[in-house]
Amino acid sequence: MSDTNARIGEIVKSNDVVLFMKGTPLFPQCGFSSRVIAILDHVGVTFESVDVLQDQEIRQGIKAFSDWPTIPQLYIKGEFVGGSDILMEMFEAGELQEMISQAEIPTGN
Amino acid sequence: MAMAASDIETMIRAALPDAQVEITDLAGDGDHYSAHVISSQFAGKTRVAQHKMVYEALGGRMGGELHALQLTTAVPN
Repeated sequence: MSDTNARIGEIVKSNDVVLFMKGTPLFPQCGFSSRVIAILDHVGVTFESVDVLQDQEIRQGIKAFSDWPTIPQLYIKGEFVGGSDILMEMFEAGELQEMISQAEIPTGN
Repeated sequence: MAMAASDIETMIRAALPDAQVEITDLAGDGDHYSAHVISSQFAGKTRVAQHKMVYEALGGRMGGELHALQLTTAVPN
């Protein structure tokens, strides 16, 4: 359990933008994950993704890590930002774009 | 596993008594809901913290019994 926590901590620390999701960006296996991919693609940010369906320890561990009950989960610069509902709200309000630009993460836009 | 909209509303109101709760059964199957929750207790909290308060009110059902609850939160005007 604490090993998993350390593994997750390492993943979020070593990637500026990382999405824990079901499936892959090309083949999302869940509507909520698919929605976040669409948002990130639209923002044009490069991100790492972790398919929790391939790793049961991470699938359960990520929920404890952030104290957040669902997947997908997005982390920017090591911080949990939200799941699909929050990301959609932030995107519509322009807050996500602002957060990414303030963190000085390059986008294609 | 499904939950009735009225149960969701009751649980949220039990934890956040002033909350206005609007629940929509998105697919008509009693399994995919959206909820809009307005409460003064959200004031000054981040979105993540606000959503966590609602998830807590649902006592661990989120992500289990309740797979699909699209949630938005707001502070009353």
